[in-house]
Parts: sequence; structure tokens; C-alpha cells
Amino acid sequence: MPEKPIQGEKRVFMTGNEVVAWAALAAEADIMYGYPITPQNEIMHYWTRMLPKYGRRFLQTEDELSAGFTTAGGVLAGRRAFTATAGPGNTLMQEPMSMAEAMRLPVVVIVQQRGGPSTATVIYSQQEVTMTTLGGNGEGLRVVYSTANHQELFDYTIKAFNTAWKYRFPTFVLGDGYQAKMRESLTMYDPASRGITMVPTEPYVGKEGTPGVDREPTHLRNTYNVEEELFEVLEQYLADYAKAAPEIAEYDAFDTDDADLVVISHGVVSRACKAAVKELREEGYKVGYFRPITLRPLPVDQLREVAGKAKQLLVVESANGQLDRLVKEAIYGNTTEMLSLFKPGVGVTTEEVVARVKEIKG
Amino acid sequence: MSVQPAMPKCWRVESKPHKFCPGCGHGLVLKALGQAIDELGIQDKVVFGCDIGCSLLSWDFFNVDTVQTHHGRTTPVITGIKRANTDVIGIAYMGDGGGYAIGAQHLVSAATRNERITVILVNNTQYGMTGGQMAPTTLPGQKTETSPYGRDVDASGYPTQGPEMVAAITQEGAYVARGTVANVKQLKGFIKKALENQMAGNGFSFVEALSTCPTNWRTNAEDTWKFVEKEMTKYFKVGEIKVPGPREKEGQ
Repeated sequence: MPEKPIQGEKRVFMTGNEVVAWAALAAEADIMYGYPITPQNEIMHYWTRMLPKYGRRFLQTEDELSAGFTTAGGVLAGRRAFTATAGPGNTLMQEPMSMAEAMRLPVVVIVQQRGGPSTATVIYSQQEVTMTTLGGNGEGLRVVYSTANHQELFDYTIKAFNTAWKYRFPTFVLGDGYQAKMRESLTMYDPASRGITMVPTEPYVGKEGTPGVDREPTHLRNTYNVEEELFEVLEQYLADYAKAAPEIAEYDAFDTDDADLVVISHGVVSRACKAAVKELREEGYKVGYFRPITLRPLPVDQLREVAGKAKQLLVVESANGQLDRLVKEAIYGNTTEMLSLFKPGVGVTTEEVVARVKEIKG
Repeated sequence: MSVQPAMPKCWRVESKPHKFCPGCGHGLVLKALGQAIDELGIQDKVVFGCDIGCSLLSWDFFNVDTVQTHHGRTTPVITGIKRANTDVIGIAYMGDGGGYAIGAQHLVSAATRNERITVILVNNTQYGMTGGQMAPTTLPGQKTETSPYGRDVDASGYPTQGPEMVAAITQEGAYVARGTVANVKQLKGFIKKALENQMAGNGFSFVEALSTCPTNWRTNAEDTWKFVEKEMTKYFKVGEIKVPGPREKEGQ
């Protein structure tokens, strides 16, 4: 039995991509399937360097379609399998993720967002929110965690495997180019040392015994003959998702109780927003901070509560309203004024958020 | 008293009679595959993947674990399973569209990597389920819904010679053959060898099966067999194309 990659706890200073590779190791991931695309490449680089020591596996596929479908195959075989991608690769990966939704496959995908549309930049954006939360030709039966720092990249990569295998929905960790490439300090740990038990995996196909003799064969499909047959399946899936959603949804918030204006953001942009809200509070502005950690499912009840108390909501994102659309849908019917600071494909600074709030408040 | 022809033991009785059109070649290919599985005694090891198109109707055909995937994506799904569990015998089952058009990049790459899987590709020279459009394997001059005046090779190119391509790009250990539903015994032999090749861990195994589609060909029984036996074999040569063994080194 190979030794555990991380014994107890360890303080480290490393890039986000390196963090993801370590987190997947710590989470007992068995196999990664991947195709190179910037800015996620180093996840594969670190994984392939470490895997012989820890008895893990890797396959470099011919494209992201194949990376997604081979990852689905790894899960079908009962392995804790994952892949990583970005931008145009994420676009291609929506096809295999549709199959994962259809077959309830706990595939884990790390997305390090880059600019869009198309090849755009290889650097940074928050423009893969709509695609990652709702991509595929279905209902978006998936889980998306949006991380803000390296500690969360580590924590939520581990958590993604457990959420995926517990609820059997494909699960994404939505990072970005900044998180992928910059170095930051964090504490890595063996999940067991913090009382985290990895949800056991099990094979869908290739199980023990002879099918039709000792047991029923597994017959998985994603094609249905009639509308009603599909409807019946989806009714169950949607009920499962609705039941799981409040258990999965996570958020972070402060100073929202007496706030006139609440700043809503996600991912690294929430770091600028957090600092801005603290600075504005010190200057006497009644502002609050709200950040959904899960973008799918959203923490709908908490968002509605915040929207119900505040007079204004300011959505800040490095995209042209992708988070904004999700928030508006979640708080539908609420008449609180919606304001925005959208910088598609560009980072947002604390100073810009402060200036925008002051512009609104006069 | 009538005597029913024996079904392969690994066929799933509950899903019979099967859902393919009368006269379709899929039943014969799946019979050959079923007999090969029976004779090798591997029913407990096989994981069967089928594509989109008519082949998807085999999703509950066998008493073996089965996954029905997307158009062209059966090869990577079976590759992913085999890479994660080398004990299984992975079979990717697809049509000419799934293998030579939308899934060609996966077929080429799996063959190049010498993936230890078996791909069985059913060639009926057109897209069956979507209503008989032109396929990569449509013969020159053959009429389909999207080549109503016959395939024009200047505009659409020549039919894909799949096994010949796979033979050219695979290394030692690969097995490549082309059989036909007009000779099920021979086809079963090819499929059996392709599975044995995977069981031995040699490398990629590929069998193309020439097949029938009387529905879209609009042929009667006689013309259907004439087309598969006489017309298709002029272009697509039946036989073993590559058997495992080291490649001859240049100059030897």
C-alpha cells in the first residue's frame, strides 16, 4: 500500500494547479484523464510526476471530448476519476457531461476559467459560469463550486469527489487563471485527519458475478423511446436534485443584516469585494457582503433573505452578467434595485468596487 | 414440432425479439459476437458499449454489463473503462458513422495508442437510424437521401477503407479484419480472434462487418444480398488484414 501523500497537516506555498493535483491525491482519486489547455496544464504536470509514487493512473487523450468520455468510463468502472479543462475545452466537455447527467455519473471536473468567447485569452475570466452551471442539452443537473483562494481549491477539490459520489451528479470546481497560476500559502491535510471520510466508490459495470446468471446485468442508456419514459426518469432526477440542493448549497456573508446595499460576487472577485465592503464600513457606508460558494445549486433561500432586507444589490463579476442572471432568477419577484459592475474577462480590484459603491451612493 | 435455432447463451431472452428492422444485419453481427463470447466463456468479464444510431438498439441485447453512449464516443468510454479496470474485456460497438465520421478521431487515436480494447464496426454504407443519409462508406454512385443522384466522388470523396487505415496506423499486437453478415461463421471467427487478442493483452483489435439495410436501401431480399455480397465486396475486401506479430523492420 503506497504511503499517504499528506501525513497530518502541512503548511505550503504553491500554485493553484499544484494545489489541485495534491488535493486529488489526498482525496484518493485513482485516475485522471486529460487534454492540455491553458491555464490548467500544471494540474496534469504535477499529477503525472507524483502518480508512480502513489499508485495512481493517467491517460492523455486526443481531445476534451475524449477526456470527458474516458473520465465517464473511469467512473463507470468504479474509480474516483477526474479531469480538468478551461475555455474551449470546457465547451467540448459539455457533451460528455450531458451523458454524466443522464447516467448520474459522479465525474469531477476542475475548470480554470480563461477569457472567452472562443480562444480569447489564456489568462483569466469568470465567463464560464453559464456554461459550467447550465451547459449541455438538459436541465443542468450538476454541482458547481466556485473557489476564491488556494485553501478553498484544496478543500473543495476534496469535497467535490464526496459530493459527486454521495449525490451522483457531475461536480465541477470552478477556479480561474489567476488561481491556477499564482502562488499562495495554504494548509494541506489528510482528509482523515480532519474527520473527512471519502465516500466509497462502486462500479456501475464490470461488477462481480455473471450477468443474467448470478445477478442482473447493468444496462445503462441515455436514449429513450417515448416522451413519457424520459419524463419519468427526469422527474426522479429533478426530485433528487431538489432534495439535495439545500444540503449542497453553500455561501459566505457578513454585514448583511443592516445593509442598504449588498455586494454579491463569487470566486476571486469576492476577495476584492470583501476588502471593499470592510473599507466602506469603516467609512460609515451601510454595505454588506454576500458570496455564493455553490453557483449550482445557488443558496436560493439565503439570497432571497438578503435581497428582502437590502435596498440595493450590486453584482460584481469578471463577466457581462453571468452571475447576475443566476441571482435574478433566484430572487425572482423581489423588487430590490439591481446594480452592476461587470468587467468581462478582466480582473476587479478593491478600489474599483469602492469607487462603484461611492458612485451609487453619491 | 418446429426446432428453434439456438440463441447464444449470453443473449438476453427478455429483450427478444430484438428491435432491429427485419432484414437488418445487426442481429447477425450480434449473433456472431454472442457466440464468440459463449465459446470464450467471458460473459462475466465483458463490458459492452454501443453508439448512437441503429447500434444503440443493442443497449439491452446481452446479459452483459452495457453502456450506451453518444454518437462517436463509444471508443473513449470503453477506453476509459478499460484503463480504469484492466480485468474487463471492453467491446465498443458502432456503425460506420460513429467510427469513420463523428468518432474518427477517437478510432484513430485509440488505434494509435494500441488500446487493449475490441472495436466492432458495422458498415452498411449509410446512416440507418436518421433515415438513410450518405456515410463515409457510401459507395461511388450509390443513392442516399443526401446523395440523391448517387455519390459523386469528386464532391464527396471515396468510401473510407476503415480496416486498411487501422492496419496502417497500428503497431505490433493489433488485430484487424473485415467480415460480412453473408458469412456469419467466418465473421464469428474474426470477432473471436479480436477478443482473444484483447484477452492476451496484445493490443488494439478491430473488426469491420459488412452489413445490410434493406429499409433504407429499399431492396427486397434478393437485391439486399446481392448488394452486400457483390457490390460492397468489390470495394471492401473481406478477410484478415493484420494479425498480431512484430512489424518487419525496414531493410530486412
